[in-house]
Amino acid sequence: MPTHNNAKTVGETVQAIRVGLLKYFPRERVVIVNADGGSKDSTREVIAAASINDLQRSSELYALRTLHCISTIYGDDPATEVALRTILAAAELLRAKACAIVSPESTNVTPDWIEHLLRPVYRDDFDLVTPLYRRHKFDGLLLRNLVYPMTRALYAKRLREPYAVEFAFSGRLGSHLLEQQVWDHGAGGVGTEMRVTLAAMAGAFRLGQTFLGTKQHLDRSSADLVPAMRQTVGTLFSSLEPNFQLWSTNHATEPIPTFGAEHDLTVEPIRVNRRRLYQQFGSGVAELEPVLKSILSPQTLAEVQGIAKLTEDDFRFSHELWVRTAYEFAASYYKSVINRDHIIQALAPLYRGKVYTFLLENRDASGQEVEANVEALCLTFERLKPYLLDLWNA
Amino acid sequence: MHESEVNMWEMIVGELNHAMQELARNFAHLLPRLLATLIVALLGWVIAYALKVVVRGILRIAKFDKLSDNAGATQILNKLALPSSSELLSRVVFWVVLLGFILLGVQVLEIVGLQEYISRFFLYLPRLFVALFIIFFGLVAANFFSRAALLAAVNADSPSPGLLATLIRTIIVIFAVTMAFEQLGLAERTILIAFAIAFGALMLGLAIAFGMGGRDLAKQFLERRFLKEKEDQKQDELSPL
Repeated sequence: MPTHNNAKTVGETVQAIRVGLLKYFPRERVVIVNADGGSKDSTREVIAAASINDLQRSSELYALRTLHCISTIYGDDPATEVALRTILAAAELLRAKACAIVSPESTNVTPDWIEHLLRPVYRDDFDLVTPLYRRHKFDGLLLRNLVYPMTRALYAKRLREPYAVEFAFSGRLGSHLLEQQVWDHGAGGVGTEMRVTLAAMAGAFRLGQTFLGTKQHLDRSSADLVPAMRQTVGTLFSSLEPNFQLWSTNHATEPIPTFGAEHDLTVEPIRVNRRRLYQQFGSGVAELEPVLKSILSPQTLAEVQGIAKLTEDDFRFSHELWVRTAYEFAASYYKSVINRDHIIQALAPLYRGKVYTFLLENRDASGQEVEANVEALCLTFERLKPYLLDLWNA
Repeated sequence: MHESEVNMWEMIVGELNHAMQELARNFAHLLPRLLATLIVALLGWVIAYALKVVVRGILRIAKFDKLSDNAGATQILNKLALPSSSELLSRVVFWVVLLGFILLGVQVLEIVGLQEYISRFFLYLPRLFVALFIIFFGLVAANFFSRAALLAAVNADSPSPGLLATLIRTIIVIFAVTMAFEQLGLAERTILIAFAIAFGALMLGLAIAFGMGGRDLAKQFLERRFLKEKEDQKQDELSPL
């Protein structure tokens, strides 16, 4: 468990992990490893104070083995990359057969999560198990409108959550990751979780996904669009160059073995300021014209500028235009036509336009209809993959 | 009378002979140096041409034109109907090297007073290169930071992102040009004073604009920034991840 100033939530999370381990893996040798990025609050004290006796008093759990909990500080600055590497190194030293990463910012971790994540790795020899969450139909829109469809089209794996803050991996994958140069990818240490998933997809590893339930996060960083795009889209774009041989030759997408529901969308009404998204798209396209000129082809730019002139009611960012836009951004990122971080930032206003269309089209849609819409987008990404290859080789 | 006329004629002929001999001697003395000058110039042309080819090749391998595109320098060159950055720089190298060799050759001629100017020229060359270096990287920095500001302002939904980017670009370009002029030693004081006045006037203007003219605007801006934005954020319950 990587932590940094998580005293508010970490106590309950640690207890849930302990209960999960004792309940589902009572005979196994287990250890909880906490890699802390120099917390200024009482995170480490809370973890150390979470005693096994508390559990035994309040439940019917009995430990057959000693349950160790190790907490270490890897530095004064929080860095997920260093935290994960620390945990991976510890897992390798301990020759762990299976290892699960749990985000301390998840506020609703239950003991079942530990079982759902670890069992496929421990019992069924999977190498990476990523989570599936019950989400609102308008939650995780960057994943659904760009990261998942593009990853699926290029890596030919239908993995729903390529950016997972909770996941489990085998000792084999852990050792492979430690040997790989996934830790310094020129992305400033962001998007490490995504790089782990992409490395597993690029290698010959068994992938699985498991349904965990509702996702409730206190993850403040994920609320901001540009950092979220750096973590996911930036990482995906940067992975394309070293994995060119893989994604340029694979074709049919493979389904991933799934434990539990593949998708579970809730549709209760929520307040969304659609107009603001529309305005941000319009002003972004107008203001960023000189930047977009160096990234997009003249035809795509003209089409984007064309839809920016439409009224709110007529506005529609089609799947095809969005896919061409994303692919042209990926090719420009590869060719470094301008600073790579600037390319990612320039994509944010266009993404807002796509989100506006998504919200408008799925305003009254059921969960199945939303899924059908996402599937149509995925198929467009797959159909236009040769377009990315043409851009790449041009 | 007849004898004196003969003497005068002999004197004229003697003087002319002397002058011709002097001219021939001087020419004979100058000719090797002139030839040496021409040989140095010719050698300079060969070396300058070779350097031009080498520099152009290195710049193309280093994708200098792309860097120039990113810096916005290509647009300026296109407007001035000048060739690409790598071509222009290689031509500059060619002419500077050739000129240097020609001046070296001229030095062989030992023309009084010219040697001082020639040594001054050679002392000035490094400053010229440093000034060009400052201008180029000033343009690169101006383009990078203005684009970074533009993107940050657009994504933060700030008012007038274009104006902010232009302002940042202008300040950096003025700063780079001032530094380059200072390096060249051209009207140092005038340029420095002009820069100080322009920069001070800009900052004062902004301060007055925000403090007086834009009081209401500043109020609206702050209200929107700290009150309305929070309200909007509450409305947006969308999480991208």
